[in-house]
Amino acid sequence: MHKHAIEEIVFKILMMVSTLLIISVLFLILGTIVFKGLPYLSWSMVTQAPQSGYYLGKGGGILNSILGSLYLTGGATILALIISLPITLYFNVYAKKGSRLVYLIRFAFDVLWGIPSIVYGAFGFMLMLFFGMKASLLAGIITVAFLILPIMTRSMDEVIRMVPPPLLEASYALGATRLETALKVVIRQALPGISTAVLIAFGRGIGDAASLIFTAGFTDSIPTSLFQPVATLPLTIFFQFSSPLAEVQGRAYAAALILTILILGISIVSRFLTQRFARNIVR
Amino acid sequence: MIRDRISYPGRRLFADRFSRKFLHVFVILSGLILILMLGALYYQSIPVLQSQSLFSLLFSQGWHPSRGQFGFLPFIVGSLWVTCVAMAIAMPVCLLTSIYLVEYSSKTLRDWISPFIDILAGIPSVVYGIWGILIIVPFIKNYLAPLFGVSCSGYSVLAGGMVLAIMIFPVIIHISMEILKTVPNELRDASLALGATKWQTVKNVVMRRAMPGIVAAMVLGLSRAFGESIAVLMVVGNLARIPKSLFDPAYPLPALIANNYGEMFSIPQYDSALLFASLLLLLVVLYFNIVSRMVLSGIKWSNYYYA
Repeated sequence: MHKHAIEEIVFKILMMVSTLLIISVLFLILGTIVFKGLPYLSWSMVTQAPQSGYYLGKGGGILNSILGSLYLTGGATILALIISLPITLYFNVYAKKGSRLVYLIRFAFDVLWGIPSIVYGAFGFMLMLFFGMKASLLAGIITVAFLILPIMTRSMDEVIRMVPPPLLEASYALGATRLETALKVVIRQALPGISTAVLIAFGRGIGDAASLIFTAGFTDSIPTSLFQPVATLPLTIFFQFSSPLAEVQGRAYAAALILTILILGISIVSRFLTQRFARNIVR
Repeated sequence: MIRDRISYPGRRLFADRFSRKFLHVFVILSGLILILMLGALYYQSIPVLQSQSLFSLLFSQGWHPSRGQFGFLPFIVGSLWVTCVAMAIAMPVCLLTSIYLVEYSSKTLRDWISPFIDILAGIPSVVYGIWGILIIVPFIKNYLAPLFGVSCSGYSVLAGGMVLAIMIFPVIIHISMEILKTVPNELRDASLALGATKWQTVKNVVMRRAMPGIVAAMVLGLSRAFGESIAVLMVVGNLARIPKSLFDPAYPLPALIANNYGEMFSIPQYDSALLFASLLLLLVVLYFNIVSRMVLSGIKWSNYYYA
């Protein structure tokens, strides 16, 4: 056979092997978590807060960290949305074409996107000390909001950018101001994309542990105010896993399974929403 | 625009003009986040920078927080080791996979596989860490280390690198695929028309054109690996010594920061030293990100989901 042909076949096999490798690693990870976590998963785990001696293998559940994660990430997502929506509207409706400022800020958010979550954690921690707060739900919300702000802004920016310009021009031609166009035309048109961006950011926030080590604290009870410490799923998994007791470790697997299901669920819902909302869009 | 010049003080126009001014300021403020982060971290690291020279912080080995000695060399070298191992694994695998998916596979297969890569990107780092302890660490301890005739607990540079490699697969593959898709089909057609085989076309034409973007994708993956803390911390052994082989434990910078939040305030200057470590991490990652983003912004592509 020809030398070129042999080279092509060798590389083609290598390519298939590496694609297969990646897919099998994914299934290996999901399989391991399901296999290890399922035996420990129980109804009381998701409906009860930890009772005394929970970390020594006694009864109770991790409702506190499930709710804690939802409160914290929910709050952070809302905060990030409040900040990022005006920014993206400015980028795409208010700014002139080819604006230097927009280019620069977009670039800044791209770079912020790549900053590791532990650095956000350290930054949130300094802000917390600066304002004299203790590790609490609020401090966690602010830190995670910073973490997911670039993700949300840039993915929302990409969808709002897709809004066809004639739609905006039609709105202006009817005498609408930019503010009215932004709020009543652009947001409605980009709604499916915006909801996807929000869910992506939520998914990223709920899985993150490193940014919360310093800022959210840890507790066995469900927080009732913004100033109380809060337990989150990733940190619960992390702490339980460090336990030498098999029973407590098993609960870490189960908690990991719950977190994974939650995140996969979010990504499926976001796909579904995209398709469903897409019906009302002008193309 | 003419609407701006209408001096009729209507509420709608006032709202419009006010929102414009307000948003302008708001956007400028949002750009200051990065500067604020750098400034705050620098301000907090001043105490440790004053007590020790930058050179001795970066290049000395003694790590004795209680004696006020902070030598970051073991951590820096540890970070470099795990990142290099991760890149050595991830680079060929990701390159081959993205070429396969864009150039060779059918569209149906690509549409089937892409969501799986998305899922891999969504798995939280704690879960990667647990999986690493359950699968990778025993695998190294029981199979890989005996193969090379060394004894090893499994918690090692290699374990950290392998877990990191898997974590950065999705980032690199996603961007590389987007980059490969931007190569115009005319180039492929021209090469094929000259009698080149498919592989020759990919190797000499497509790859040459896509190279800057793919390098940028790799660098983004690298910076992601460099900054990852929780998953690495769980599998890498956390021993503040310079690793001598792949089977030695290491203690990368992010793991150091994440691991010591508890005793941070019990020892003087410890908090300052840890925030200096964060500053170091931020600067390195910032550098990689700025360079690769500059390359990527020259290429038209969509970074909707990741990066």
